[in-house]
Amino acid sequence: MSPNAASKAGVAEGQVVRLSKAGVSIEIPVLIQPGQSDDCVAVALGYGRTKAGRVASGVGANAYPFVEFVDGTFRYEAEDVSIEPTSTFVELAKTQVHQSAEGRPLIMEYSLAEFVSGHLHEESEKQVDLWKPHDFPEHKWGMVVDLNACVGCNACVLSCQAENNIPVVGKDEVRRRREMHWMRIDRYYDEKPDGVTTRFQPMTCAQCDNASCETVCPVLATVHSSEGLNMQVYNRCVGTRYCANNCPFKVRRFNWFLYPHEDAVANLALNPDVTVRTRGVMEKCTFCVQRIEEGKIHARNEGRPIKDGEIKTACQQSCPANAITFGDLKDPESSVSKLRHTKRNYVLLEELNLRQGLTYLGKVRNDGETVGGEPKNGSSL
Amino acid sequence: MAAVFRDIETVREEEIRLQSEIDRITAHPVYSPLREPLIDESKACSDVTNDISGLLERPASKGWWILFGLSFSLLIAGIVAAINTVYFGIGTWGLNKTVGWAFGITNFVFWIGIGHAGTFISAILYLFGQKWRTSINRSAEAMTLIAVMCAGIFPILHMGRPWLFYWIMPYPNTRGSLWVNFRSPLLWDFFAISTYFTISLVFWYLGLVPDLATARDRATNKARKIFYTVLSLGWNGSNRTWSRYETVYGVLAALATPLVLSVHSIVSFDFATSLVPGWHSTIFPPYFVAGAVFSGFAMVTTLLIPVRKVMHLEGYITVQHLDNMCKITLLTGSIVGLSYLTELFIGFYSGNPNEIFVILNRMGGPYAWAYWIMFSCNAFIPQLFWFKAFRTRIPLILSLCILVNVGMWFERFVIIVTSLHRDYLPSSWAIFIPTLTDVGLLVGSFGLFFTAFLIFLRLFPVISMNEVKGVLHYARD
Repeated sequence: MSPNAASKAGVAEGQVVRLSKAGVSIEIPVLIQPGQSDDCVAVALGYGRTKAGRVASGVGANAYPFVEFVDGTFRYEAEDVSIEPTSTFVELAKTQVHQSAEGRPLIMEYSLAEFVSGHLHEESEKQVDLWKPHDFPEHKWGMVVDLNACVGCNACVLSCQAENNIPVVGKDEVRRRREMHWMRIDRYYDEKPDGVTTRFQPMTCAQCDNASCETVCPVLATVHSSEGLNMQVYNRCVGTRYCANNCPFKVRRFNWFLYPHEDAVANLALNPDVTVRTRGVMEKCTFCVQRIEEGKIHARNEGRPIKDGEIKTACQQSCPANAITFGDLKDPESSVSKLRHTKRNYVLLEELNLRQGLTYLGKVRNDGETVGGEPKNGSSL
Repeated sequence: MAAVFRDIETVREEEIRLQSEIDRITAHPVYSPLREPLIDESKACSDVTNDISGLLERPASKGWWILFGLSFSLLIAGIVAAINTVYFGIGTWGLNKTVGWAFGITNFVFWIGIGHAGTFISAILYLFGQKWRTSINRSAEAMTLIAVMCAGIFPILHMGRPWLFYWIMPYPNTRGSLWVNFRSPLLWDFFAISTYFTISLVFWYLGLVPDLATARDRATNKARKIFYTVLSLGWNGSNRTWSRYETVYGVLAALATPLVLSVHSIVSFDFATSLVPGWHSTIFPPYFVAGAVFSGFAMVTTLLIPVRKVMHLEGYITVQHLDNMCKITLLTGSIVGLSYLTELFIGFYSGNPNEIFVILNRMGGPYAWAYWIMFSCNAFIPQLFWFKAFRTRIPLILSLCILVNVGMWFERFVIIVTSLHRDYLPSSWAIFIPTLTDVGLLVGSFGLFFTAFLIFLRLFPVISMNEVKGVLHYARD
């Protein structure tokens, strides 16, 4: 429901409303979604199941009765649906509750003209380090995320969850802001009178070389590998959470309770290459270190160097838009190295001089501009 | 020749006149107008011994039992909360992925700060020859020890796996080359606090030894006799013993003095060396030290006002003592207020949008109420101590000091939570809401504090008898 529609209907976020049409009626809570059309309300299908086991049965409301079969096809839109507010309120479980980027330059965007002119952002200043830089004798793993390609579908988030045995913590814990996803997609709305711009950015551990988490751990439970990975040693972690406080990207996840359980059947779903984490330890994205090691072993067995693109992280593998590129930054010919040297490459929060392994390619947004007299994007301007 | 004899006569007469003058003065002492007596001037040495030792020898009063019962109930609440935390996990606290520290570390910094007044009184005031400290140093030092114990619980409890807390100590182990991270301020904390606790304990105990010997000599039953005999380490009151005692006391005072400055500086490094906006600040060490002494003096005053009333110690802990403590509270409170203003100025002056945001968010964000409690209790309230009436009327002193304690707890809460909950990426912004377990641990730490202090009052002489005897004639010399 759009903000305008919600204020017109006199409902607030989380308020349960009754949608009814010709004898069909469901009760669901309102989620206010900037960018949604003011004249329609969207309802997610697939909820309100009755025979789906303990995880899915009885969750949400079934919107299928609103679907009609007309002219040999299903019509997924229903007209003349009435919205009746009820006095019940539900606290929605959301992973992100602040929707504005507060004007911070987190997601770089360029107009088409800027892109064509080639002048995108200021060249980064040369920053001085007090400490000796790390030595990477063989590999230096890096990732580049192309914001131009990313469609924000969340496939990476789910594949990461499946690959890395990330616990599902349930609605209550999400409401307490304790979801365990190692990867997430940050989404910001830029609301202007003439409409809403939505910006999003996949975010995961940036594997900083000057990692702020590494210096503060009293027991050296998070250390830098010789391949540029910021490694979390679960066995050594005592759970001070200082690393998470000091992480500017807030990608570290803490095991608030004992999540693994001794269910022999459910545990068959776990990835045997990745350990489960006990209560009270910190965890985070590893750049799929198990896949890196597997790739290295394969290459070693065949007596050859690792090929570029041979090792794929789970998020990269499942990205339908190929927005994620992963590889060895030591190899100047790798695609990740080449992308790093493109104009659009930028480092998030570069002023902190963290030297991340994860960088982004800024988004080029074409708002109907013309370049060189050619009308683009079908616009009449 | 006659002239010489006449001169000797004159000298003798003069001597006799002076002697009679001295006799007259010592028979009816006159007080120097420049010095107020430090304690009730009618006390003799034996009164001091009887008054203070008597407190230990009489059975506990009804008031003591009531207070003990109340404090102990609070302690039980804390124990339940601690068991809950250790059994189920840190998930029982209100923390989340964004706010990794809140009540636990707030309580830790608060209690460490409280401890500072004891060390300040016993070490710094000793080195500066401030004799009025003798009436309050014993209880202030006991308060320090207890406060450091209360503080020490939280860094252990707040760990995800508290049973492995000893991993932050550098000890030889069989886990290969596994060592601690000397770059981590949490490790510095461990050294700072364990040093602080050790020195405070030794200093407090050393000062107790002559008084424990008095308690031993007066003990009438066997258990007391054994208890105080063991603790008084064979003290015999000889000149040699006293001379060694004075030397060691001076050395320990000199050792403890830098700790007053270093311990809270190091605690402030937990925040100052991080990159969280609102934490990353070079003003933190002096600001934390001033705040610590400030809150500590407020706490000593809060404790001593009921103690002097209930235990009838008005003759020892006079209004003049309270007045002096209020003056130190005023001084340190003003430093704290100045630090707040400096922080605001530097935040804007830096031009760093993140710093500016933190300040605006503190003043007007979801935790603005906490910020304004902090600001009014710590920057404005102590300014009332400029007025004599607020330094000499007991109910006014007590209420202002309690407000200062409230304010200083909120200061740490504001620093920790308002900085963390909205940092660099707005996508992760979150709110911290304390749970019952959080509140239980806070309440429980107060329970532990008061319970332990009440036990101290029953076991040890609450006022340093040997030192107070030294200042009995302060105004008559």
